[in-house]
Amino acid sequence: MYILIAGGGKVGYHLAEELLNENNEVLVIERDAGRAAQIRDELSGNVLTGDSCEATTLDLAGVSRADLVAAVTGDDEDNLVICDIARYRGVGRTIARINNPRNELLFRKRGIETTISATQAVLAQIEKELPTQLMIPLLQLHNGLELVEIKLPETSPVAGRSVREVLLPAESLISLIVDPGGVPRMPSGDTRLNAGDALVVVSRKESLDMLREQLIGSTHGLDT
Amino acid sequence: MNVIIMGCGRLGSRIAGILDRQGHHVTVIDASEAAFRRLGDGFGGDRVVGNGMDASTLERAGIESADAFMAITQGDNRNYFSSQMAHEVYGVKRVLCRVYDPVREEIFRDLGLETFSPTSYGAQIMVDMLMHEPARR
Repeated sequence: MYILIAGGGKVGYHLAEELLNENNEVLVIERDAGRAAQIRDELSGNVLTGDSCEATTLDLAGVSRADLVAAVTGDDEDNLVICDIARYRGVGRTIARINNPRNELLFRKRGIETTISATQAVLAQIEKELPTQLMIPLLQLHNGLELVEIKLPETSPVAGRSVREVLLPAESLISLIVDPGGVPRMPSGDTRLNAGDALVVVSRKESLDMLREQLIGSTHGLDT
Repeated sequence: MNVIIMGCGRLGSRIAGILDRQGHHVTVIDASEAAFRRLGDGFGGDRVVGNGMDASTLERAGIESADAFMAITQGDNRNYFSSQMAHEVYGVKRVLCRVYDPVREEIFRDLGLETFSPTSYGAQIMVDMLMHEPARR
């Protein structure tokens, strides 16, 4: 694969290193000449000095034959411009790093396939360590789907009900139930939900608040 | 018409003044409060201090009920980003975007925005001026 990486900061550099190790053809585009020289030394070439927001720089990098463009600069506006120009030049897959989670919707609407938000990753990491956290983000899937773990509290409105009786948001699915003893079960319609169960649920990102309300109930700011 | 102008520089403040005098409701966004001095005392519109790429700033400026959005900051990429946000996320009907770089301007236009490049426009006008009689002062 030919992969273009726009932005030679920490994210771009380590990404390039990994992808080179996997025998891909990689080119890093970095605006700062000093930083570019540093990368050139460390990655033995594979770097172009220039502004990746300029179409001429992307053309020089052979953007039209790239299989993938990863825009990982620290500025969301630059990453959007880079991905949009790359797509305009015919690149099939573009990935943008986004720094402000609220910008994710815009990238999705622009058809930029995957967005990685450092803020969100850190947030997920923090949330994993909070014992009071009843809904834990596990994994972001494609197409706006997300895998979350939900621990049913004593006060859960669905405790004691069967899976069939639970009304979930559209396109949501309880895919696994782990009981308090740590035994995993594939749920069927008759499976009874109990307080203390951990549910692994696939849902749409925008439905997560509704999902939380339906499975956990009002949590009075415990885990907002 | 409800118009939001992002960037209260020379061009932004001038456009704001013209539209305000024409009786439109104008809201100007700028990161610096000091920039609003360019609007002058007679300006009757709203001023919002903040980053126009931030959804919450746009919402404070009333983007949800705006008829038009004009992106006129110094940054081409910032202007593009906010314009797409106004267009794609908030469904604003008219979105005008200033882009200095003529190459980017053409691409942004192909990508569906109404763009204006003072660089290519200015170049054309100055060449035309040169080829005609000097203007009398």
